[in-house]
Amino acid sequence: MGKKLLTANINIPGIETFDVYRKNGGYASVEKALKTMTPDEVTEEVKKSGLRGRGGAGFPAGMKWSFLDRKSEKPRYLVCNADESEPGTFKDRYLMEKLPHLLIEGMITGSYALGARTSYIYIRGEYMYVVRILEKAIEEAYAAGFLGQNILGTPYSLDLYVHPGAGAYICGEETALLESLEGKRGNPRLKPPFPAVAGLYAAPTVVNNVETIAAVVPIVNGGGDEYAKIGIGKSTGTKLISASGHINKPGIYEIDLGLPVEEFIYSDEYCGGIWKGRKMKAVVAGGSSVPILPADLILKTAKGEQRLMTYESLADGGFVSGTMLGSGGFVVYDETACIVRNLWTFARFYHHESCGQCSPCREGTGWMEKVLHRIEHGHGHMGDIDLLVDVAKKIEGNTICPLGDAAAWPVASAIRHFREEFEYHVKYPEKVSNPKHFELEPFRSEKKLEAVGA
Amino acid sequence: MAKVTIDGVEVEVADGTTILNAARQIGGELVPPAMCYYTSLKDSGGKCRVCLVKVTAGSAKDPRPMPKLVASCRTPVMDGMVVQNITSPEVLEARKGVVEFLLLNHPLDCPVCDQAGECDLQNLAYEHGAAKTRYEEDRRTFEKIDIGDKIKLHMTRCILCYRCTYVADQLTPERVHGVLGRGDHSEISTYIEKAVDNDYSGNMIDVCPVGALTDKTFRFKSRVWFTNPMDAHRDCPKCTGKVVLWMKGEEVLRVSARKDQYGEVKEYICNECRYDHKNVKDWTVEGPRHIDRHSVIAQGHYERADLITLKKEIERQIEFEKGKPLPEPNPSLTA
Repeated sequence: MGKKLLTANINIPGIETFDVYRKNGGYASVEKALKTMTPDEVTEEVKKSGLRGRGGAGFPAGMKWSFLDRKSEKPRYLVCNADESEPGTFKDRYLMEKLPHLLIEGMITGSYALGARTSYIYIRGEYMYVVRILEKAIEEAYAAGFLGQNILGTPYSLDLYVHPGAGAYICGEETALLESLEGKRGNPRLKPPFPAVAGLYAAPTVVNNVETIAAVVPIVNGGGDEYAKIGIGKSTGTKLISASGHINKPGIYEIDLGLPVEEFIYSDEYCGGIWKGRKMKAVVAGGSSVPILPADLILKTAKGEQRLMTYESLADGGFVSGTMLGSGGFVVYDETACIVRNLWTFARFYHHESCGQCSPCREGTGWMEKVLHRIEHGHGHMGDIDLLVDVAKKIEGNTICPLGDAAAWPVASAIRHFREEFEYHVKYPEKVSNPKHFELEPFRSEKKLEAVGA
Repeated sequence: MAKVTIDGVEVEVADGTTILNAARQIGGELVPPAMCYYTSLKDSGGKCRVCLVKVTAGSAKDPRPMPKLVASCRTPVMDGMVVQNITSPEVLEARKGVVEFLLLNHPLDCPVCDQAGECDLQNLAYEHGAAKTRYEEDRRTFEKIDIGDKIKLHMTRCILCYRCTYVADQLTPERVHGVLGRGDHSEISTYIEKAVDNDYSGNMIDVCPVGALTDKTFRFKSRVWFTNPMDAHRDCPKCTGKVVLWMKGEEVLRVSARKDQYGEVKEYICNECRYDHKNVKDWTVEGPRHIDRHSVIAQGHYERADLITLKKEIERQIEFEKGKPLPEPNPSLTA
């Protein structure tokens, strides 16, 4: 049983109110930071902790903070990215819904470290009820003197605002988020300049994920070194995993990084194994945009080592036989799942969410969706499979923002690991005409199916 | 000043110059094509991705190559930077891919399109595209709409370069049109069908790289290569009055701004010059306009055989080297 740093108090009744949260040790990090530490010391603790961005890319948070242009005379901003829209990821919603004050506490401590006087929480429009929860919590924090002028009698002042988006996945990309926050169309910006130099209103800005900001609280409370003791190597601390799919116990789990994937899937403490006693077929380990892995490669790396829940271990083997921890959207598929159908669903999502600014992503995502639709519904031909690989290759790396990559990776990996299944769809259109095709007759290998079909 | 090497040719340019503009200072076939970048429109560029180049050395201080291909129109040069454009098979492959993407939803109605002959996309497809499409699905289509009484919008032909929206933003006093929607269903549009109505709106026709925005006073009058372009000017209180008259006999069929060799307008003209003076007596004619880049207008004077040979050579190399490490830049190719 791992130590719960973020979610230890989550089941206390009334924890979403200021009084209960405060009684259970809340806002201690604000007191500690503002009264006993300089902003640089807070940044130093975060650096020491080895905390990595929890939004998907896994960039070290302390390093991101230290890139902030401190010489600029413009105001600085801390922006919390709560535009959680990755299919398969729902950890931030849970955290904000149950522990709104944890995020606010992290925002105050983080803003103090960065010298920000105004900070924003950009939250996706679909989370409207969470916006209300957060706004109520912010009101309580203002009333208690943790926000506003001269927090806790120190010279530090901070205003915190919640800004709901209008329902675009692309606004989770940090520069599109900033454009949207400025009131413009949410198109990603060209980089450089990076937000650390010219972000919100062309001022130095740090954009962090909800979980990253929340993790600042235990880091300041317990010290960065203490936090770094959890986990393995460069993957330190705890991580919220949104587990979903064909498992017995879907939900949100706070795990110590370094937990073996096998234990995570099969132990009763976590996912509790595959439902209905079926076999596992594939896993998407970090939200829809990371490469999908077949069952054998998710439990063990290509070298035969045990796969662990860390940034490095999941990425072992590169894109040939590895994947990414991403945002922690852990989706498990059993043997009745159809990889082609699943991929089509993902492609449809990226087609719908592409901002349309740069041509490879705008045109390519739509193209892939249409070809996948064709294959899944039994109208494909063999050339389509290589066409998909080629289109994915031409999108990847040639776009302004990572959405193009995110759309291309799942396609490339699914075809790499499950090519037989695509070929099966092309060869036996009458069998896949039923949308539940693999529920009736799980796909194991083409040979076996041919025997059954004959 | 910064020294930068593009395809083996060294050039010294001012700090902050983009790779594309550095290449334009060298000139010739190593200049990357550009569909969305427009020098005189601030913030344009970076979107169409046809100008992608490979940076094999970031700068003299940090000679590491850049991990991805970069948009040359928006990437500033650094001292000691080494760039590959047409000497990199990777770039040519990516560019071919982008051209294919641009043509996916393009209707290819060149035979009835007014832009044919002076269309950037047409030229680009000639040079970098494939003769066949691999796209089997339906293309996206839109209704044609009038934006104002002089401009017709064929959204179906649009490649979403955003140039016209920058014209609206930067040349005209009030922004009246922009992009609606998202992804491949996004469209250029006016706010609730409001007409685009201001003195410089006609320039969006000139900046449009394809036939999405056309001049209603010229539509279906003539193929552009049957007209004679003449430089002319008049005293105009609103603009410089320097224009090109597209004439057939004594008749002025169209008035447009003057474009440079990269298809960019340097001096924008007002709507009065563009639409209201279709009489040759209103103008002082300077003489025939030299068209040196466009392929079809300069009928029979297609002088880019050198480039075609070079491209074939590189394509052959790609075929040959497939699967092998990329070849070193070959200076003889650019000589």
